[in-house]
Amino acid sequence: MLGEGIIQGLVETARNFFGSYTEKNRLVTVQYPEERHELPEASRNFPFLLYDGKDPEAGLRCVACQICEKECPPRCIHIEKSKDKKPDFVGKQQAYPAVFDIDVSVCMSCQICVEVCPFDAIRMDKVYELSTDDRFGGLLYTKKELAKPNEYYQKIHPVEAAETDGRRVKEAEEAKAKAAAAEAAAKAKAASAASAAASGPQPVVSDAIAKEKQS
Amino acid sequence: MMASANSADQVFVTLKDVIVAQVPAPFQTLVSILISVAMIIVVFAALFALTTVFERKGLGRIQNRYGPNRVGPWGVMQPLADALKSLTKEDIVPKRADRLVHYLAPLVLVGVVFLSYAVLPVGRNMTAVDLDTGVLYFFAVGAATELAVFMAGWSSHNKYSLLGAMRAIAQMISYEIPLILSSVPVIMMAGTLSLVTIVEQQNRYTAGIAHWNVFTPWGLAGFILFMIAATAETNRSPFDLPEGESEIIAGYFIEYSGFKFALFFLAEYLEMFAVSGLGITLFLGGWSSPVSLLAWIPSWLWFFGKLLALIFAFIWVRGTLPRLRMDQLMNFAWKFMLPMTLIVILSAGVWRFLSPGVVGPKPLGGVIRWLVCALVILAPYILLARMLERGRKIEKRTYRFAE
Repeated sequence: MLGEGIIQGLVETARNFFGSYTEKNRLVTVQYPEERHELPEASRNFPFLLYDGKDPEAGLRCVACQICEKECPPRCIHIEKSKDKKPDFVGKQQAYPAVFDIDVSVCMSCQICVEVCPFDAIRMDKVYELSTDDRFGGLLYTKKELAKPNEYYQKIHPVEAAETDGRRVKEAEEAKAKAAAAEAAAKAKAASAASAAASGPQPVVSDAIAKEKQS
Repeated sequence: MMASANSADQVFVTLKDVIVAQVPAPFQTLVSILISVAMIIVVFAALFALTTVFERKGLGRIQNRYGPNRVGPWGVMQPLADALKSLTKEDIVPKRADRLVHYLAPLVLVGVVFLSYAVLPVGRNMTAVDLDTGVLYFFAVGAATELAVFMAGWSSHNKYSLLGAMRAIAQMISYEIPLILSSVPVIMMAGTLSLVTIVEQQNRYTAGIAHWNVFTPWGLAGFILFMIAATAETNRSPFDLPEGESEIIAGYFIEYSGFKFALFFLAEYLEMFAVSGLGITLFLGGWSSPVSLLAWIPSWLWFFGKLLALIFAFIWVRGTLPRLRMDQLMNFAWKFMLPMTLIVILSAGVWRFLSPGVVGPKPLGGVIRWLVCALVILAPYILLARMLERGRKIEKRTYRFAE
């Protein structure tokens, strides 16, 4: 019958109209500034630097090896190595970045810096509200703005963070065990040397040997 | 009618009389006219503002969206933001445009559309000019909008605007015929062209129910045909081919920006209100109430309530139907609308012929009269529908490359 389809269509749109007031799940729009989507765990956009503990300067994992700087395809990372050194999480003396800048207007979010980092020092962030009215300074992130605690990483990427933390704990334990073994070996050697020589002063500081072996 | 109800009903009329009485006698007519004109412009422009936000919200809800809800509570201040935006936008005139005609077209359109409000009775004693030939005047003025549309399309020196204008002319002239023919039965039965008299004739009650034309079979069919033709006449969806965005971008007002564009927008909506107002006056009893029980509600409230209802119907249809093709539009006008309006005129004649003297006393005779007249319309409708659908196979569309 002529006009039947029009009636059916009108019924359908009327159902939509009234349904949108009664059924909440019909309105799929997320009203952005007030509501926002929970981002999936795998989401990522810009890199940030991780630090352990409370102090971003002392706990910064980055050792300024500059691998990420060299690998970065759009070359958005700028690192200046420090002159002095500080101990890292296994107690080894390492350099640290005196300057670490990322230009997020250049960054293409490829995550290569994260993949090449041997120190688990750089990871991808989830923040997306980075717009600024200063397109030069406002988009150039310095070490201060990039450094974020490990707790933050655990919050935004729980699965990845658990894996990283587990590996780091194991590494630290291994390093400790190795150091202990080296110390024991040095002690044994020293003891045997002492028994062989049976005289004279102890010539070596065991710690120094252990450290030498490690590096 | 109760006295207290009457005072609420006539509040604007009394107010105007009071103001007019303040000025010296020689200027009283002029002031009276100016007040009427100003009121029409203010009230219907405000209704336009209200309708734009209603339309956007309604369409949004039909499409399961929120619609505008940022400016003010529930987005009701949106028209204000739109007005500010359109006022501050750059007014661009194409280099090779006919500058004078390009400038005049929106003004002519808005002016002409406002003219048609002069004869609309928006309430009891609330008609700017009670012309004896009100219906004729309305259609004559309404036809002048085509001139403005073609002025806009021609002067813009743009192939899309010219195409849109030519489409608009073809469509408006084609649909003017069913529009006028569908209002002919009302004029025949009322025996007058005065809109005020037509309303007054419908403002009578039998057993508490009004004598609205829409309650008769020819009135109902005529009203539906009138509203379809009105939709096409005002270039509303699904007959918005003159401005079909997907084909000719914006049609005849493609080269207009800023406030001139807003004027076209305004004129389009005002045209819709005017033709809806005419439909209300001819078929829905104008400012009268459907049952005598509710006659205490002020007449202007009835008129604007009915107008809002029709506006919502327009929005509903716009949210439902896709745009027609040009040949479908023309086929629909000449093969369906025109014969159906003629049949409705015939049915009105039959109704007139089957007076209580012929079919017998009121209750049963009335039912017989109603059924016979309904059959006079329904039988040709079914035959026509069969004829139009013959040889047309509707099947599921298959796609070669998609899916």
